[in-house]
Amino acid sequence: MSQFAINVLFVGGSFAVYIGIAIWAKAGSTKDFYVAGGGVHPITNGMAIGADWMSAASFISMAGIIASAGYGASTFLMGWTGGYVLLALLLAPYLRKFGKFTVPEFIGDRFYSRSARMVAVVCLIIASLTYVIGQMAGAGVAFSRFLEVDATTGLIIAAIVVFFYSVLGGMKGITYTQVAQYIVLIIAYTIPAVFISLQLTDNPIPPLGLFSDHSVSGEPLLAKLNEVVTALGFSEYTAMVDNKLNMVLFTLSLMIGTAGLPHVIMRFFTVPKVADARWSAGWALVFIGLLYLTAPAVASMARLNLVTTIYPDMAGQVENYEDAAANPIAYADRPDWIRTWEETGLITFDDKNNDGNIQLYNGAADFSDRGWQGNELEVSNDILVLANPEIANLPGWVVGLIAAGGLAAALSTAAGLLLAISSAISHDLIKGAINPRITERGELRAARISMSVAIVVATYLGVNPPGFAAQVVALAFGIAAASLFPALMMGIFSKRINNKGAIAGMLSGLIFTLVYIFVYKGWFFIPDTNNLPDTEANWVMGISPLSIGSVGAILNFAVAYMVSSVTEEPPQEIQDLVESVRYPKGAGAAIDH
Amino acid sequence: MADDKSNAAAYWKANLRLITGCLIVWALASYGCAILLRPLLAGISIGGTDLGFWFAQQGSILIFIGLIFFYAWKMNRLDKQFGLGE
Repeated sequence: MSQFAINVLFVGGSFAVYIGIAIWAKAGSTKDFYVAGGGVHPITNGMAIGADWMSAASFISMAGIIASAGYGASTFLMGWTGGYVLLALLLAPYLRKFGKFTVPEFIGDRFYSRSARMVAVVCLIIASLTYVIGQMAGAGVAFSRFLEVDATTGLIIAAIVVFFYSVLGGMKGITYTQVAQYIVLIIAYTIPAVFISLQLTDNPIPPLGLFSDHSVSGEPLLAKLNEVVTALGFSEYTAMVDNKLNMVLFTLSLMIGTAGLPHVIMRFFTVPKVADARWSAGWALVFIGLLYLTAPAVASMARLNLVTTIYPDMAGQVENYEDAAANPIAYADRPDWIRTWEETGLITFDDKNNDGNIQLYNGAADFSDRGWQGNELEVSNDILVLANPEIANLPGWVVGLIAAGGLAAALSTAAGLLLAISSAISHDLIKGAINPRITERGELRAARISMSVAIVVATYLGVNPPGFAAQVVALAFGIAAASLFPALMMGIFSKRINNKGAIAGMLSGLIFTLVYIFVYKGWFFIPDTNNLPDTEANWVMGISPLSIGSVGAILNFAVAYMVSSVTEEPPQEIQDLVESVRYPKGAGAAIDH
Repeated sequence: MADDKSNAAAYWKANLRLITGCLIVWALASYGCAILLRPLLAGISIGGTDLGFWFAQQGSILIFIGLIFFYAWKMNRLDKQFGLGE
């Protein structure tokens, strides 16, 4: 069977399962559509959160980023998992107790203000829409590489599948497809990792292999990797980062951004009890942890594999790295996986010194004494996970599995985001503001229509990415961190914060964060409209635009506190509402409050 | 009624204490051991590198998982103890 046929079989088979689930889990009420009927088991929900959360960025890009940045990229590992501690301790149980359908609804009720609710709707839509573009683009890449269709056709196929199960089933359909997608993506991610870990360290468990000895050279894997990369002019893989303040703030932004993203929070509304919300956060992190503990192993092993593919003499015990580096493979002898990825443009080769060999090294370092005139092989971070089975010479079915896994990661997150957008429109905007007397059936229809529109918009933006696709995920986290998370947390932990304080806080956090990002990245991401170059020397106190969400969050807290303390206390019934979300007792009744 | 109120207040206070404790561990593992205190832990080596690197790429995630289950377990006990469970 050809590789193409295997890929079609795996991807087609997984899609058939998702569609089967959609038909089985059709939503009959708004409660089904928004919160899957409210009866999801915490372990099931944990798995669904895992798929909801782990996006194309986690599955496709993250290991590649770690491979190239080493220790410095630990930010993503800690930031995207540590947020769950905040969710479990500070938000999820209380929002579940509140017992309504959407995040803006809590903000609107708690701060007794339709304006606050609308600010939250705007933040939610910007954060979710920017995030969904990356998912659609990721699905397009996976389609074009593995199924030999162009990215646009691939995107439209993906959109039709998502349309089918999310419009029909809402949260109910999405929950059970996400469970299936989690299983597909975690198998696809771990199987190649197990093989590679065995090949390099004889240890079948990748997170243990990471800290084991490299079997060919006998040295610890990470020590070997440090030697190999420094011989090529890179800094050590495990080297400390100089700008610690920025690393701390970046990690903090990712953590509170994670805790403030509405599509994740919504999933906690689907469990029956407050205690289940706490448990499902734990299970979610177990399921997420399986991938996040595997990723750093994949990263370091793939980096070593890549270098030793180009410099075969570096693979074993090396007496002299200078000699080993002098003997790279010839371009004509490159392995097949380099050839296939060259076709996608994600690997490029330029023989700068015309010697017919491939020199892969840190282009900023000076190796003219070796006769090198620049780094000749550019490898995109995004291909590492997708090319992993081919780099390690694994059988064809593993490649098919990776294709299905990458698509599962992108589509499951896209569906969760689209649901967050459509429920904000149908429940908060239409029922909450425009037409409060809409019937249950009318609202369900409105939810389905807004979901369809959101899918069309997301697909359009995926086909015509607005040039800033790489920046948008940072924007989504910045917005969630600076606007939504502080408002939610203060709504639960303070009775004193009033409507004026909350609105002033959200707006100042949001605007401050957006302005700081735009100053360095360009206004509304339009190229060449930035006021300052986006380099560390220009950042205020060395804080990068990616890390600014945490500063925006602190500003949000401070402004909300100050404005509230000079204005009136919230009314008694609001203080009672805060009181009621703090105690699990009577969880069912909260809806009538 | 007054008893209910003071009981609820005691429950909330116990919860806040638990949250504070858990968040101290959360911050120590990630911002502490993995970033700011890494140079101090440089002497402790593990698998060809230092303990701080292990915290950054593995240890903190394991601690986060443990923290959430610990908090959920403790809170379920508090819910029962104060009679405020579902």
